[in-house]
Amino acid sequence: MAPVAYRVTSRTRETEDTVTIGIVPVTESIPTPAAGQFCMLYAPRVGEVPISVSGVEASQSRLLHTIRAVGAVTKALCALDVGDVVGVRGPYGTAWGVEAAAGGDLLLVAGGIGLAPLRPVVHEVLRRRRRFRRVTLLVGARSPDEMVFRGEIASWQASARMEVRTTVDYATAAWKGDVGVVTTLIERLTIDPEVTVAMVCGPEVMMRFAAAGVMAQGVAPQRVLASLERTMQCGIRRCGHCQLGGLFICSEGPVLPWSRVAPLLARREL
Amino acid sequence: MPSRESDIATPRLVIDVAGLQSLIDSLRGDGYRVVGPTVRDGAIVLAEMSDVAELPRGWADDQRPGGYRLTRREDGAFFGHSVSAATWKHHLFPPEVVSWQARVDTEGIHVEAPAAPARYALLGLRACDLAAIAVQDRVLMQTAHPDRDYAARRERALLIAVNCAAPSGSCFCTSMGTGPRATAGHDLALTELVGDGEGPARSAQVPAGAERNDAGAGHRFLVEVGSERGAAAISALRASPPSASDLDAAAAVWSSAAARVDRSLDTAGLPGLLMRNLEHPRWDLVAERCLSCANCTLVCPTCFCVDLREAGGLDPRHAEQHRVWASCFSVDHSQLHGGSMRWSARARYRQWMTHKLATWHEQFGTSGCVGCGRCITWCPAGIDITEEAAAIRATDGLTGPPTRARG
Ligand SMILES: Cc1cc2nc3c(=O)[nH]c(=O)nc-3n(C[C@H](O)[C@H](O)[C@H](O)COP(=O)(O)OP(=O)(O)OC[C@H]3O[C@@H](n4cnc5c(N)ncnc54)[C@H](O)[C@@H]3O)c2cc1C
Ligand code: SF4
Ligand code: SF4
Repeated sequence: MAPVAYRVTSRTRETEDTVTIGIVPVTESIPTPAAGQFCMLYAPRVGEVPISVSGVEASQSRLLHTIRAVGAVTKALCALDVGDVVGVRGPYGTAWGVEAAAGGDLLLVAGGIGLAPLRPVVHEVLRRRRRFRRVTLLVGARSPDEMVFRGEIASWQASARMEVRTTVDYATAAWKGDVGVVTTLIERLTIDPEVTVAMVCGPEVMMRFAAAGVMAQGVAPQRVLASLERTMQCGIRRCGHCQLGGLFICSEGPVLPWSRVAPLLARREL
Repeated sequence: MPSRESDIATPRLVIDVAGLQSLIDSLRGDGYRVVGPTVRDGAIVLAEMSDVAELPRGWADDQRPGGYRLTRREDGAFFGHSVSAATWKHHLFPPEVVSWQARVDTEGIHVEAPAAPARYALLGLRACDLAAIAVQDRVLMQTAHPDRDYAARRERALLIAVNCAAPSGSCFCTSMGTGPRATAGHDLALTELVGDGEGPARSAQVPAGAERNDAGAGHRFLVEVGSERGAAAISALRASPPSASDLDAAAAVWSSAAARVDRSLDTAGLPGLLMRNLEHPRWDLVAERCLSCANCTLVCPTCFCVDLREAGGLDPRHAEQHRVWASCFSVDHSQLHGGSMRWSARARYRQWMTHKLATWHEQFGTSGCVGCGRCITWCPAGIDITEEAAAIRATDGLTGPPTRARG
């Protein structure tokens, strides 16, 4: 399936290896993605990779994608300049379903670039803040330099409309947040398990610990949502690469309740 | 054996060898590329053909786990062999196709209209092959995002099945409910009747008292029409209605073929059995034998995993994506974060087999295995999917390190 052309209208460097691009349709546009969904981004003549939507400005059909350069395609995407053409297919996959958490508490746990797919959730919550009770965001990164959206995180903290805690594995002298893995922050929270929905995104080991930490406080596994990552080339249940047991992570996921994925992740090399 | 009365609705007629040649000629005249079995380098392969003489007349195949050998047969049957290593997937879902191509410039990505794929008349599909195509239809077409190239090829293709007379030692279609007789999905289905006193027809038990009003009938084919397209394809042929003895001879071919399938796979509760035995020591034992060569996925008529590769070439404004067969037996199939999710052969064999026999049901509402036996024959290690499943069934619930004694 061929991509449609979008044009890069903004480019923000987040960290040493991570860039956020803002893109708008050249002519044809894709349907508006929901928080948690991803697009297949095509770097012309290099290749196509799944990248979560890190922001949506539906009014302008403008999409934000935050990309960490780890290989050929992500490097090419990070190297795009304002004015360049990029291909887009999608949106694909399941969404976080922010609405399902309305009326209750929301706990967001992000590790590294895992904050990118959760950022549209924060935007949505802040737009309609009164629909939610307590909203907590825990962000972990390896070092302060590697934390994405630092300016925005600071503004969320300053606004006091939600509780935001940050932590790094390796602190610098200027660091004012916590030190240690993000899961230690969970232990220190008081959670109302009956009304809390937790959304976790980050490296798989981090998500295992985060889910365990949240469930240790009594949150049911169906109320813990995780965004899984697997190799995927098509995004539409056809290439076969993203299977985990009977799931195609591209379509039944990436966002899945922990109750569904825990038995599968418990099997090594499934 | 289906009775003559039960499927009387299927239009049937009889053609001779010259009639088969006329069919090929008229299909070619209608713009079809006719593909059928032929002998090449000591094996039966599938190739474009124009003449019945190219068919593997007088050849049979001896197939068993890890082994394949052509043998002669005396009766001059054209289709007296079983399935070949090549699958019809080569024509409907080829190893490499252009999935799209475009000109890329500062104004956008200008996708070029795809070229229409070839129009194939596939001659010699077996019942299991038809079942495999039905599985691929589900995976590739009956989905939210159909594969355009597959759908176009499928739409244009004419499927001419041949009912098996000589299943091989690797076949287990009967237990999968997929053969050996073609009952659905074909445009035409042929049953080869080699002629009186010869071959499959000779061994046929003609019921006592059955009428033989065409004594001396020669080499001929009972043709069953499965679709309007099939009916159109034979409308201009010189054909005669089948006699009672033609029908009896065909029925005998069907039943004797079914009786010759002696391998089987017990499918009762199979998905649940495999998924509750993901830590069974049998996986370790099979991993010791499996070479991760991917032969099984290449010959399997339902395997659909692909890579999407950029293939733009030298022209800096040309972009092109190719869809290329991939295999779950390669380490990089599940590559992530600088490592593979399935780095061990054990995990990769387990993925392949549980996908075929268990998770496929969950995903597509059907088995991913049709019992064609190709993976058994073409595995250099002679690994037999039916034997592996049976071994797990025999020791359901076993965990822990493997013991040397297999099974
Ligand atoms: C649903 C989904 C959403 C995603 N969202 C985002 C996103 O918002 N932002 C983002 O940057 N990435 C995201 N990814 C990951 C991204 O798709 C991969 O990083 C990308 O496919 C790598 O392609 P490449 O051609 O650049 O690297 P490749 O050439 O494929 O890989 C180069 C090297 O990097 C390693 N590698 C591959 N993926 C990763 C990875 N994720 N992290 C570290 N090393 C890796 C490979 O093993 C290899 O050694 C997402 C993935 C999925 C499945
Ligand atoms: S798994 Fe083996 S027997 Fe089953 S359809 Fe595939 S190749 Fe044939
Ligand atoms: S099971 Fe046999 S054919 Fe399949 S990868 Fe292993 S050795 Fe190769």
